Amino acid sequence: MRTDKKVIRKPKQLLTMKNLLTLTIIIAVYLMIAALVEFHILNRQFTNLIVPIGANIILAVSLNLVTGFLGELSLGHAGFMAIGAFTSAIFTLNVNMPGNPEFFLAIIIGGSVAALFGFLIGVPVLRLRGDYLAIVTLGFGEIIRSIINAISLPAGLDKAGKLIVKKGTMGLSGITTYSNYTWVYIAVIITIIACANLVKSRHGRVICSIRDNYIAAESIGIHVSRFKIMAFVFAAFFAGVAGALYGHNYSNIKATDFGYDKSIDILVFVVLGGMGNIKGSVIAAIILTVLPELLRSAQDYRMLMYAVLLIAMMIFNSSELKTRMQESDKLSRITRLFKLSK
Amino acid sequence: MALLEIKNLGISFGGLRAVDDVNMKIEKGQLYGLIGPNGAGKTTLFNLLTGVYQPTDGTILLDGINIVGKSTAQISVAGIGRTFQNIRLFKKMTVLDNVKVALHNKVKYSLLEGILRLPSYFEKEKVMDEEARNILKVFDLDGEENYYASNLPYGKQRKLEIARALATNPKLLLLDEPAAGMNPNETAELMDTIRLVRDKYDITILLIEHDMKLVAGICEQILVLNFGTELANGTPEEVLNNPAVITAYLGE
Repeated sequence: MRTDKKVIRKPKQLLTMKNLLTLTIIIAVYLMIAALVEFHILNRQFTNLIVPIGANIILAVSLNLVTGFLGELSLGHAGFMAIGAFTSAIFTLNVNMPGNPEFFLAIIIGGSVAALFGFLIGVPVLRLRGDYLAIVTLGFGEIIRSIINAISLPAGLDKAGKLIVKKGTMGLSGITTYSNYTWVYIAVIITIIACANLVKSRHGRVICSIRDNYIAAESIGIHVSRFKIMAFVFAAFFAGVAGALYGHNYSNIKATDFGYDKSIDILVFVVLGGMGNIKGSVIAAIILTVLPELLRSAQDYRMLMYAVLLIAMMIFNSSELKTRMQESDKLSRITRLFKLSK
Repeated sequence: MALLEIKNLGISFGGLRAVDDVNMKIEKGQLYGLIGPNGAGKTTLFNLLTGVYQPTDGTILLDGINIVGKSTAQISVAGIGRTFQNIRLFKKMTVLDNVKVALHNKVKYSLLEGILRLPSYFEKEKVMDEEARNILKVFDLDGEENYYASNLPYGKQRKLEIARALATNPKLLLLDEPAAGMNPNETAELMDTIRLVRDKYDITILLIEHDMKLVAGICEQILVLNFGTELANGTPEEVLNNPAVITAYLGE
């Protein structure tokens, strides 16, 4: 009798109205994107943005885990992206498998190798705190980039069947452009769900407690280093996945694509969206990937306008106008819709 | 066997002997007080007991096992919980979450079960919710479970810290000035709560306090520290009437 009750209760917990609504919205948004692309409603400039937007969302959400929820500033996130991009590209260049399984494996490999480096770097680095940790992560981002430039990369077989070896500084070319809106969308949804679920689990609570007061966290039996490494590795995995998606969007990649400025870009997404705010990271990543493209026509004034708009957004975010809008009906109706979907 | 036995404990910070040759024996279920003027080494002793500092000499035996050299987290798992002199709550988390996070070693599910939201996630979260609420009820905090910890008034923040430490199911609970900043009514309420906690959860309590009414009211035995070393040890009547103790607090 008791097992009967348990079996009936299990599906109910995942099959709630809220989750079904979320699933419907996820499918609806995908169909919308598919329609926009396949029926050429959006011009080329914007359909080309879909993969970078998706990659940036994954990067921002994963960095938010470390910076917003764990509370440690990581300035080397692009380094893990680079590892994901290069390992996945080396895999697809040197292995011959049918398309979709090959790309799927490449993504997993890219994420896993990045996660491995997240662990190797995390173990010594995460014992540090605050500014020192930030500087060391910055250093490691640059070290990864330099190593890629220094080594030789296997780039598949040439027509005679001999292995092509490329110098790291030349990057990799001839990569099959597997990335499309479907792959990216699925990856983004998985990332958001995984990170949101992590945060609202007992491990997520522990990570937040370390941010709020690591001394108190230790006093209730939390091995702080272990959980810092857990968050770091988790974030590195998704950064690697984003790198794999990014790396197969253009047919060539160079280590310079993944430098310190890319790490800062990702950090800006997180800060603008709000530390510890996953929804915010998604919105900020979308806006700040699209914005430079929209400003392309402004040519010389593009970066200036971008900077000004960025400052304006930051000021608005913490302004009275926003709180007044939040309290009034208009904004809350929109945010309530967002709340339902998470 | 005594629950906690401290033998010849000492720590030096460079030339400063902060704690010197301290001996203490706490029996299971006792309500033990630790008093002394400011700077006497009381919180330092707590830090030694919880692994925040490593002693330069002496041993600390918890249930017969030497815990010197263990990390703070290991000592918490071994059964010592504590509150802090300057409240260390998880400010950006809710009251309920502050207690739930302390249950993370007691009620477990794996990382994968959490991310994939397998049934054990929902079951264990429910168990944690119930246990956390039961503890909060003891401290009359269950009505505020969704408040952010930083939004609680001071007195309730102190109670929440005790509730959080209690959630780790410790054998020995260290309370560092639990009545600091409380008025006489709140202090009387706290005295009842501490006695209730000791009886209901069957634990041993060691507390640091400056409020002599509380100390005399609930402590069964008191150790007085001055300049890092023992000044007196005995029942409240013996200790609080000891001329040396009175001099230490009030001067000549």
